[in-house]
Amino acid sequence: MAFVQNFPFFCIILSMFSAIISFVLNGRAAKYVHIAMVTSVLILSLATLSFVAGTGESYTFMMGHYPAPWGNEIRIGELEALMAVFFSLIMLLSVFGGMAHIDREVQNSKKNLFYILLDLLMASLLALIYTNDLFTAYVFIEINTISACGLIMIKKQGRTYVSAIRYMIMSLVGSGLFLIGLTLLYCITGHLLMSPAKEALAQIVAAHSYHVPLLVIIILITVGLGIKSGLYPFHTWIPDAYGYTTPASSAILSSLVSKGYIFLLIKIFYRVLDFNSIISSHMVNILFVFGLVGMIMGSVAAIKENNIRRMTAYSSVAQIGYIYMGIGLGTTAGMVAALFHVISHGAMKSLLFISISGLTEVSDGHSDFKSLKGAGFRNKIAGAAYTVGALSMIGMPLLTGFVSKYLFASAATTAQNKMLAAWIVLAVSTILNTVYFMRTVLTIYTPVSAEMRKPHGIMPSRIETAATFGMILLNVGLGVASQPVIKAIEAGLAMFG
Amino acid sequence: MSKLNPNYENSFWHHFSQWVKGEYNPIDGQLEMNAPDKEVFGDEKIHYVHLHIVKTQNYNERMFEEGIARNIRRFTGLYRILGVLVALFMICLLLWTVNYLPQFGDPNAPENNEVAERYIEKGLEETGAVNIVTGMILDYRAFDTFGESCVLFVASCCVLVLLRVDKDDNPDSRAREDMEDRHYEPKNDMILQRVADFLVPLIIIFGIYVVLNGHISPGGGFSGGAIIGSGLILYLTAYGFEKTRHFMNERVIKTLTVCALTFYCFAKSYSFYTGANHLHSVITPGTPGNILSAGLIVYLNICVGIVVACTMYSFYTLFRKGGI
Amino acid sequence: MGSFLTNYEEVAAVILFVIGMANLLLQPNLIKKIIGLDVMDAAVYLFLAAKGYIEGRTAPIVVDGILDAEHYINPIPAGLVLTGIVVSVSVSALMMALTISLYREYHTLNLDEIMMKLRKEEE
Repeated sequence: MAFVQNFPFFCIILSMFSAIISFVLNGRAAKYVHIAMVTSVLILSLATLSFVAGTGESYTFMMGHYPAPWGNEIRIGELEALMAVFFSLIMLLSVFGGMAHIDREVQNSKKNLFYILLDLLMASLLALIYTNDLFTAYVFIEINTISACGLIMIKKQGRTYVSAIRYMIMSLVGSGLFLIGLTLLYCITGHLLMSPAKEALAQIVAAHSYHVPLLVIIILITVGLGIKSGLYPFHTWIPDAYGYTTPASSAILSSLVSKGYIFLLIKIFYRVLDFNSIISSHMVNILFVFGLVGMIMGSVAAIKENNIRRMTAYSSVAQIGYIYMGIGLGTTAGMVAALFHVISHGAMKSLLFISISGLTEVSDGHSDFKSLKGAGFRNKIAGAAYTVGALSMIGMPLLTGFVSKYLFASAATTAQNKMLAAWIVLAVSTILNTVYFMRTVLTIYTPVSAEMRKPHGIMPSRIETAATFGMILLNVGLGVASQPVIKAIEAGLAMFG
Repeated sequence: MSKLNPNYENSFWHHFSQWVKGEYNPIDGQLEMNAPDKEVFGDEKIHYVHLHIVKTQNYNERMFEEGIARNIRRFTGLYRILGVLVALFMICLLLWTVNYLPQFGDPNAPENNEVAERYIEKGLEETGAVNIVTGMILDYRAFDTFGESCVLFVASCCVLVLLRVDKDDNPDSRAREDMEDRHYEPKNDMILQRVADFLVPLIIIFGIYVVLNGHISPGGGFSGGAIIGSGLILYLTAYGFEKTRHFMNERVIKTLTVCALTFYCFAKSYSFYTGANHLHSVITPGTPGNILSAGLIVYLNICVGIVVACTMYSFYTLFRKGGI
Repeated sequence: MGSFLTNYEEVAAVILFVIGMANLLLQPNLIKKIIGLDVMDAAVYLFLAAKGYIEGRTAPIVVDGILDAEHYINPIPAGLVLTGIVVSVSVSALMMALTISLYREYHTLNLDEIMMKLRKEEE
């Protein structure tokens, strides 16, 4: 076994170990440990990606001395490595971008705990990406949920407590459903590892036994993970959770936490339940419909909203709808589009949340539209960054949002009876997106008196500016050079099952 | 014992005779019993709103509040009906599923396959643990169990964020008040102290026994750690924070937790690394049945026990006074 | 294939699961919500424990050196329950801590009332 093949395992253990060691460090040291950890995870994941892309096939890594049906294992393919690269990159940029806010909004004595939560979030995301075992996935889902809850309430205000408890209630229902689905799956297959479970399921399907339990398992697991990722009818916790916490947390929650669950769902579809049986059980159609409804309703709610952060949070509901719509198409092209949107939405949303924090900062901390008038003049970098993010959301060519919209539209052409619905809703949703994002851009560039143009409040530090530029570059880069990423996703999906 | 004793006034016999005569209340001054502040419970949100409506004079505000109340009433009503319907639907769905599952206690059910067979038949030889379940969770499926310890760790971090009262907290906050005034703390209750003197060593020794025998008999790190933690909590209730602070303060708990988790992390990393790379591992199962057997399992159990005991104790202290 | 009559452990577990979940979602009182959560988790563990049982066999702890799979019940569900319990303890502790913080802030345990107070604050 080549040494590079150990890297994903090192990533997971490294992030867990930095969380453990940060418990006795002070906030400053914990911050450096966190940044060093994420940077090394990024580098190690890049090395893994290049290695897997070179060999062209996925491999399994035993967690212990015992092979597949007995011991835990993780499985590494091109798609997993690509996701790890993007997740760590977005994590790094979000933490840099929200650094000043973290310093101000988190109590000094609790900073190290905040970075522990971030470390464990990274560990759980990596484990969700790589794991090949269903029960390990459950355990790490819980770590992900608890640390996300910690990120929501880190400001320690009444409001954030309420958002945290609402988030926890919905999430716990989701994990409960996932757990009982997992238990039923174990009952009928007798395996907890994904690949042996798939073989057992293939035999079950061939023997036509356990038809009903299989259907119920598909429903329970999909609904459970759908609730946790904020699929439309279960989205009520999203605006509160993303709207009031510290900007770095908002960016990480919206661009990474929900994406981890979606990735796990896709992985279970491909690696356990077999995508063909998902299609024949009509689960994809249900996801397709919920995705479409979410795309419209999320945007409508965003138009009605008067607070810019809550508006952006509602737009996340719409974007999650896009992803589920892509999964719901039931084709490989749709899946590629959905996976590309996972990455591109992460890039866009983190940019938007970080730039919003810059804009509200120069408007005396208010985030309603009236106070934001002319904020783009007061903080030029944040204004430009917000504009780029908004244009990308709308689907401006050369930006990443355009590529994912194009992928969705072209994927819809191959899905026969879903083509028309997908196209119409995509068009309507794009128009609605334009309405609310352009309104915001116009608001922040409303001409105001010279007095109001003067920057006041706290200006962003150099590191935040650099992070903002990094995110803009990521958006433009994904938009211009999308081909390699799409190729990698296609190759990864081929070696996924 | 006799009345010649110069300290007779404070002696047990004097108190006893006075108690017989009805002049002395043994609980008086020993146990502070304050009823908690009166709370307004009940889910009468409408009532709540009406209270405010009466207070407010402004007509517009009143209309606004009534509007909210009506909306909420309508929303909760709808939510409730929908919720009950969904619950009934779920019960039917799951019962329908259960109907198709293998029979209870069926030896030929799909889950009794080669996986369980190997755990039982080879478990003793490969892991050295007599308790097959312990061998399974700490050796075959150790990554899960490491994740599980991290769940406990991250939960205790969240509780620390929420409840620990620090110097830089807002001095007016309620949390601080609660910490200053130990409202509900019993003070030197004699019965509790005598019982604790007797029970705490027993409980802690039993906990240690359960931890150390986790691979031989039923038990293990988590259950043993919880027992030790409950012993510590009993000691704390009896003697108060002044005494426990000497051996269970934040520093000690932090050091213990970090040391235990670090050892766990390194030990498991070593075995994962050697396992995946097919290297020879220096860890041997040993003689099954001995305390120091089963490779790493006994040490891992100790680590888990320490983490769980510390976490249970710190949960209790954080809930009670906002600090360890 | 079993049925309702033979699988009564599973039937009980399933009903408890849904009761717990409904409590978690519908009760306005936070403490009752937490109780619902615990009922829900316990139901899953009951389900797992019931699945692990095999008629006429003993707990998977080797006695007298018998190493025959025919002699012991399935150890995997027991292990999963052990792991699951720790997870549910952690989650309950976190929910309790959140409840305490909310109570300090709003002096009520009723989530609906808390939401109303929040809305008033915003105005």
